[in-house]
Parts: sequence; structure tokens; C-alpha cells
Amino acid sequence: MTIQDTENEIVDEFGLFDSWDDKYEYIIDLGKKLAPLAAEHKTDHNRVRGCQSTVWLHAEYKDGRIYFTADSDAVIAKGLISMLIRVLSGHTPDEILEAKLDFIQKIGMTTHLAQTRSNGLLSMLKQMKNFALAYKVKTEND
Amino acid sequence: MIDIAAIRQQFPVLNRLVKGKPLVYLDNAATAQKPQVVIDALVNYYSQYNANIHRGIHTLAEEATAAFEDTRNAVQQLLHADSREEIIFTRGTTEGINLVAYTWGRQNIGKGDEIIISGMEHHSNIVPWQVLCAEKEAVLKIVPVNDNGELEMEAFHSLLSDKTKLVSICQISNSLGTINPVKEIIKAAHAAGAITLIDGAQSTVHLDIDVQDLDCDFFACSAHKLYGPTGVGVLYGKKAILEAMPVFMGGGEMIKEVSYQHFTPNELPYKFEAGTPNIADVVAFKAAIEFVNGIGKSAIAAHEAALLEYAAEQLTPIKEVRMIGRARNRASVLSFVVEGAHPQDLGIILDNQGIAVRTGHHCCQPLMDRFAIPGTTRASFAVYNTKEEVDALAKGLQKAIKMLL
Repeated sequence: MTIQDTENEIVDEFGLFDSWDDKYEYIIDLGKKLAPLAAEHKTDHNRVRGCQSTVWLHAEYKDGRIYFTADSDAVIAKGLISMLIRVLSGHTPDEILEAKLDFIQKIGMTTHLAQTRSNGLLSMLKQMKNFALAYKVKTEND
Repeated sequence: MIDIAAIRQQFPVLNRLVKGKPLVYLDNAATAQKPQVVIDALVNYYSQYNANIHRGIHTLAEEATAAFEDTRNAVQQLLHADSREEIIFTRGTTEGINLVAYTWGRQNIGKGDEIIISGMEHHSNIVPWQVLCAEKEAVLKIVPVNDNGELEMEAFHSLLSDKTKLVSICQISNSLGTINPVKEIIKAAHAAGAITLIDGAQSTVHLDIDVQDLDCDFFACSAHKLYGPTGVGVLYGKKAILEAMPVFMGGGEMIKEVSYQHFTPNELPYKFEAGTPNIADVVAFKAAIEFVNGIGKSAIAAHEAALLEYAAEQLTPIKEVRMIGRARNRASVLSFVVEGAHPQDLGIILDNQGIAVRTGHHCCQPLMDRFAIPGTTRASFAVYNTKEEVDALAKGLQKAIKMLL
């Protein structure tokens, strides 16, 4: 499945919700279900610390693809990162770097949630793209 | 008794909807909403007499200068300063504290000197002193905070010595609402030979401020927490101290004479007001002061105290809620954690119901570490808040807890 396919899937799922409460209940649920991040990956290097909550984001590079795992002390942040993982994890650095990710806008999550200091949705996304860029540069120089 | 309905009508923003629900604005410790008179003063300035001040000879310049200086007089009365020369306009409390650190601090702090702050300061009253201490090899000492969120005054007294050069403490804590015994602190600091700075960011709107009675050497506050515009603040300083201080920034009104060899700084307060100031917002600040004076600070404080008490009654029975900060002497702030729920999650779900609270560490990371929490959810009250809004908060909180836990 391409990144765009997964994005479309998520947009369809959110289309089922009538209210903000339903959207958030879904995101909270995703957060609670997010696979735990191995303790050794909760390092300072992997940490996105902001005014509101802390997110740990870990990336692993295997056979040309990047696999993301993450955790946060806040459950909505966990839900959001779990969506990003669902969309981006298992793809090549190029695919990740080229992804437009307009599903975030389509599901209505672009408001302050996206902007909240250094741990909003956009910062998480930036961090994931940074990982992709780092692996791309690394493999090209190997 | 004050007529809250009539007061609410003066705040246009209180009529708006957020996420389809009536706005319940409980983030007043961050910034207060603005009454129509303040908004009108801004519009009136720009539409009637916008001009640069102090040097123009034309009518608009004279009117703008007069309005700007009128606000200085109003602030002098608000703080009960001895003279208007002691009132310096800044961008806010943070700039006021930095001004003192960069001028008085660099002139008077040396190796081994000590600066005392408290364990409940926001970053604006921590970082400028850290920078100064690092540069001058001085030492920053912290007054500890007890479990109720009060300063440990015995520890404060034992920290004072002849090495203490400055004591800089908030009058009211932004995250806990604690009202600190600043008069006692100032007296003891002076007895030890130290200078004092009071961070009045939170207190100026709630308490009667009399800088002469307090006898503080510096007092910093912001207009926007006082129903006034953002980007304006005040630094009060005792005249003799301000006169002995070097200039802060160069340019504009701070200059009396300049040649390529040297400059002569202007007189107080202009010596510290470099460049074209934030004229419109300073002018509108006067309308905010008049608004507050019109109601009376004691009436405002009584209303907020009743709300605070009511809010504590409504929230305490919610078994997941744990209050942070139970100081006996407290103003307008209810800070709490919900066991098992992150403040950010609470804030998002409350926002979805139109309820604006602050969540996070409130720019007080060391204090949050003291209580071993990532942050709190903070409801802070202003004169326009109502019991119905507290009910909405309690209901919203219960809903959030149900969704999150």
C-alpha cells in the first residue's frame, strides 16, 4: 500500500464521525493501542520535548525502509503519532520525503494541535522527515 | 456587589463560539480579555492622532505625546510611585526584569555575589539571572517551596547574607496562585544590604500595589494581564537607583546629545525608552487602568475569591482531581492534576467544549519538577467569569476524565 492509499483510508475512517468528540475518542483509542516503545529507545536523542507533552520517536532502517516506533506521556499525542506511523512506517526515505500528507488537513487536525510548540503534529512529522533525510544522505554516501 | 452581566457586555470576545460552544475563558493568568474601551482607544489613536511622540511640533504629535504621558501618570498612581520619572515603559514584565539584569546587574554583580530567587518563579525571573550569574561568576540561590506551594520563609532568611546583592521574587505565583509575603522579604533583604525586584506580572491586577509602602527597589508588570494591550509593560525603579544605572538600549529618546565620540543619556524615564515606543498600546493601557479603577480592585478580588472558592468546591469532589498549591494566601488560580490523565489531553478535550484553560508547565519547569509532575491544568479567573462557567469547567472535566481514563 502506498502512503497515499493509507492516507485515503484514514480520511475515509474520519468521514464516519459526526462530532469532534467522536474524532477525539477515536484518536484516544489509537493512542491507548499504540505498541509500546522499547525502554532503550526512550533516549534524549529520540525525545521531542515541548511545553505540553513529551514525545519519543525512534526510527530503524532495514532493507531500504524506515520503521518508526514512538511513545508519549499524553494519549492524544500518542494517537496522532500512531496515525503518522501507520502512514509512513515501512516506506523508503524517498517516499517519506515526498509525502504531502494532506490527510492531516482533510481530517481537520491542522488547528492548534498541529502547532503546539515543539511537540505538535507538524513537529513530529518534521522529525520523521528528518530521519528520512538522514538515512537518505547516509545511504547515498555509503 | 458588581454587575457581572454588565461587565461581560463590555468584552466582545466573550460572545464568540469556540467549536460551536459558548467560549468559557479561564486562561486569564496568561492574558486577560480586553474591554471595548481598550479596543476603542487603540482604534481612536490610529484613526485620529497617530504620530511619533516627544519631538514633533505639530498637533498630532502633541496629542499623541500627551496621551502617552497621561498613561505614565495613570501608572504612577496605579503603583503609587513617588514620581512619574520612576515609571519606564517596556514591552512587558520579561523586558523589565531583563533591563535590570543587563544594566543594574552588570554594573553591580561581581564574582561570588549571590542572587536569591524563589522556587516558584516563571522562566522570565530565572533565565536573566542565570545568564548574569554565568557571566559574572555569581551564584543563584533558590528559596524552597513547601508541599502547600508556599515559600519556606525560614530557609529564605537563612539564605540571606552579606553576599546577597539582589532578591527577585514574584508577588503572586502564576502557576499556583500563591501570594508571597513580599513586604517581609523586602525588609529582610534590605537589612542584609540587598536590592529587591518584585515580579508583579500576576499581582498587579489582583492586589493594590503601593511600591512606596512595599519599599521594593524595582517592580515589573505587564499591561495585558490587566485588561490592557499586549506588548506593553512597566518597570518601576527607585529614582536614585535608576539614575545610577547605565543605559540599556541606545537610540531614539534615550539620547540627550550625541557626537561620534560620546553621548549624554537623557533624563529619566526617557533614558530607558530607546526607539519609538509602542505608542498606541501605551495610550490604550490607560483605558484599561481606568476600567480596573472603575470597578475597584477590592471588588474584583472579592469576586475572584468567591469564584476560586466555588471552583474548589466543585472540583474537589471529583476523585481523580488533585489540587496543586494549597497556599493559605492565594489568588485567582486553581491548578490541578488529574491522576492518570496528561494535562495536554485534558486541555484539548476541554477546548473541544469551548473551555479555555492553560495546561503544561506554565513556564515554571523547576516548580513542576519540585512537585514531580509534567505540568498542571490551570483555571484562572478574571472579573468577567461566572459561577456558570465554573460549572461548565466541572462538567467538561468530568467528560474529559470519562473519555481519557
